[in-house]
Amino acid sequence: MTVPVAWYLVLAALLFAIGAFGALFRRNGITVFLSIELMLNAANLTLVAYSREIAELSARITGQMVVFFALAVAAAEAAVGLALFIAIFRQRETIDLNRLNLMRW
Amino acid sequence: MSALDLFWLVVALPFAGAALNGLFLPNRKSLVTAVALGAPGLSLPTALAALWQYGHGIAPAPFEQILWTWNAGELVIPVAFLLDPLSAVMVTVVTVVGFLIHVYAVGYMAGHRGYQRFFAYMNLFMGAMLLLVLGNNFLVTFVGWEGVGLCSYLLIGFYYEEEFPPYAGRKAFIVNRVGDFAFLVGMFALASRYGTLEYRTLFAAVAADPAGAVAPYLLGLSFAGFVALCLFVGAMGKSAQIPLYVWLPDAMAGPTPVSALIHAATMVTAGVYMVVRANVLYQLSPGVALFVAGVGAATALFAATIGLAQDDIKKVLAYSTVSQLGYMFVGAGVGAYTAAIFHLGTHAFFKALLFLGAGSVIHALSGEQDIRKMGGLAKVLPATYGTFLVATVAIAGIPPLAGFFSKDEILAGAFAGGHYVLWGIGLLTAGLTACYMWRLLTLVFWGEFRGTAEARAHAHESPRVMTVPLLLLAVGAVTAGWIGIPSGMTFGKDLNWLHHWLAPVVRPLGGGEAPGLSHGVEWVLIVASVAVAVLGILVARSLWGRRGVAADDAVAARLPGVQRTLANKYWVDELYDATVVRGTWGLAALLHRFDARIIDGLLVNGTRHLTVGIALLSGFFDKYVVDGLVNLVGWLSQTGSRALRRAQTGLVQQYALVLAAGVVALVGLYIVLH
Amino acid sequence: MEIAVFILFALVAVISAIAVITHPNPVYSTLSLIVTLFATAVLFVLLGAPFLAALQILLYAGAILVLFLFVIMLLNLRRQRSTSPRGRGQVTVAALGAVLFFATLAASLLATGRPEPGALAPVSLHQLSRALFSHYLLPFQIIGLLLLVAVIAATVLARRAPAPEEER
Repeated sequence: MTVPVAWYLVLAALLFAIGAFGALFRRNGITVFLSIELMLNAANLTLVAYSREIAELSARITGQMVVFFALAVAAAEAAVGLALFIAIFRQRETIDLNRLNLMRW
Repeated sequence: MSALDLFWLVVALPFAGAALNGLFLPNRKSLVTAVALGAPGLSLPTALAALWQYGHGIAPAPFEQILWTWNAGELVIPVAFLLDPLSAVMVTVVTVVGFLIHVYAVGYMAGHRGYQRFFAYMNLFMGAMLLLVLGNNFLVTFVGWEGVGLCSYLLIGFYYEEEFPPYAGRKAFIVNRVGDFAFLVGMFALASRYGTLEYRTLFAAVAADPAGAVAPYLLGLSFAGFVALCLFVGAMGKSAQIPLYVWLPDAMAGPTPVSALIHAATMVTAGVYMVVRANVLYQLSPGVALFVAGVGAATALFAATIGLAQDDIKKVLAYSTVSQLGYMFVGAGVGAYTAAIFHLGTHAFFKALLFLGAGSVIHALSGEQDIRKMGGLAKVLPATYGTFLVATVAIAGIPPLAGFFSKDEILAGAFAGGHYVLWGIGLLTAGLTACYMWRLLTLVFWGEFRGTAEARAHAHESPRVMTVPLLLLAVGAVTAGWIGIPSGMTFGKDLNWLHHWLAPVVRPLGGGEAPGLSHGVEWVLIVASVAVAVLGILVARSLWGRRGVAADDAVAARLPGVQRTLANKYWVDELYDATVVRGTWGLAALLHRFDARIIDGLLVNGTRHLTVGIALLSGFFDKYVVDGLVNLVGWLSQTGSRALRRAQTGLVQQYALVLAAGVVALVGLYIVLH
Repeated sequence: MEIAVFILFALVAVISAIAVITHPNPVYSTLSLIVTLFATAVLFVLLGAPFLAALQILLYAGAILVLFLFVIMLLNLRRQRSTSPRGRGQVTVAALGAVLFFATLAASLLATGRPEPGALAPVSLHQLSRALFSHYLLPFQIIGLLLLVAVIAATVLARRAPAPEEER
């Protein structure tokens, strides 16, 4: 018996929620970044699950293509983000997000 | 072109003379004199010619010459002249006596700096006086009335460099003003009720409705009585009766020709003229007429007593004038209008003569006016003395000189009307008149000279230009009475020409003749008045004839209180000063304080304070409300932004949290709605 | 059989995901994420996307997260003292919020109707690559450009600060 696609969606939602929680409530910048990657991953899962629902091949290909690109973008984003972290760390000696509040009033 | 067509010249010529000398001509003595004498000099024959034509019935009688008409709304005032018996007598007196005095003044004022100014004013006066007597309506007369008042002021104050003359001029003008006010009220009443001020139509209207005029009107008087009283108050001022006589003695500060012309012969008689002109009103209000006679009698007696104790030659004559004017009003009051005008005419001659003679004396003594410093001048100034003597006898009322006839007619009129008290006062006053005039004559011309030797050396008779008018006036003083000889004296033959001449103007209402006297009574009265006059002269002879000036001191020693009262003129001037004058000054001061405190203080300063207050308030408003609003906006922005920017914590996670919450809300909303 | 696999790997994914966000040591967080990604890759296979599963492991787990580790080591990050000084109450609220979030997501995802296509063949590499170089050529090129930009950016951002004189 196949797994209903709905289950995948629920799982993805759960993963996303977990990732969101971490992104919003962890002080460590690296951890937040990881949580964001988690969220991205959950989104990819959603996309793939949806593409499974459609019979038409071109549609399924489209769904997976989007994931492909999302993956690439995630990579680029991770690289730049980490470079930023390095730069910040050199300046401020900390990754604690609560201490990185120069853009305040 | 008859003289009557040129009648307006009689009034216009003096005005032209005044204009020429007053405004245009250079101050060359010959030129000024020519114009100054030419104006009245031409006016006189014109008037006489017109009179001759009038008298011979060439023109309708009475004759009116209208120059133009002034339409003042409902009231129509013609500027016109009236030549009727009354105005004919007046114009004759004014032009003849006026001209003679002008001639005299050429000599008297010669060498004075204001020669041209003097004659300009004199001509102006003549014009105004002629306007007064020749006007055919009350308003034209009033214009002349005011005009002579103005000239009186100008001429009294002629020696304006001194301190007293301007004051005397002001006094005359202001006292006259009181009377003028009443005159105006009377005119207003007449104009409002009858719609016209012309003598002929007005008096005819009044006479046509005697009941209406006699009906009660105001202040317990009938209409006729009210107007008569108002007009008489005006006459009180102009003709110097009690209580408005006080200006006349002080008016002696003017040059002597002025005193002669204005304050003896003409201006002061204007009141008498006016009362006689309006005799219809007085006939309709016997109460007021009696009041007029009473005031006249009181004034006559009052002034005569004062004249007895004066030491200034002109002051004696001034009080004499006041007294004689009183006589005229007695005549007018008792209904003897003809007698009043008669006395006006004779008095003009002998009083003018007396004043000019006094002027001659003053001129000879280089300005001395105190009779205590005179005496024995009969030999030094023969012409002056002679004419002065004639005038004195005339005024004393000795027949056959002029004063007797006119004075006697007044007394007869009073007696005939049953006013025995008035007759008695008149008789007494006649005696006093003779007495003080004889005193004057004695102290000035007889006895020893009491002045300085230097004055004695300088004393000389006046030039002919001054003495000839004296002689001519003396002729008048002698003969003027002969136009009104009472029938009693002529044993039945009616030679009272004046009586007939004036009859049309002074006709008694309701027809008929005024009550007359039997010849017997008349003779008794004549004898009485002559006797009283002679008695007065004898008393004067015994007092001053024997002892000269010392008599004054003797009387003063015997009756100190009386002497002091008379010498101080019953302190009337002092009374007026304390009451009216002080009162007016006080009122003026009060009003000044009112103006300064309330008008200036309250209103002006108050307005200032108010304005400043409003400005302050406005500034306040601007500063705190308007600016406050602006500041409020700024403050709001600042505070708002200060509050809002706290949201910029710089903590990315907080931002993300808010974002997430928003997304959840929106999605939830979407789900709920679908 | 499929369900069992699904449940197993789903649990793994969830547990390791929780580990990612809770573990104080960033290294362990990274490693937990790698596990999660592996589990997700398996699920990809179940869903008929084997290529993506391979890509996921190669790229995501193999490259990106390794990069993460490199950076952690470079920066010498220690374990954190505590999660946050905020206190217990706020974590509960946050957890509740997360639950709410999850519920919302799930509801939205499940809102639409579910077609059941039945058994389907997995998408092959051949098909994907064909599509990639034909229909999706442009996005492909752009992605390349994007990666170039990212590389340059990362290089620039991460280099040492310039000498003081140059900063003026």
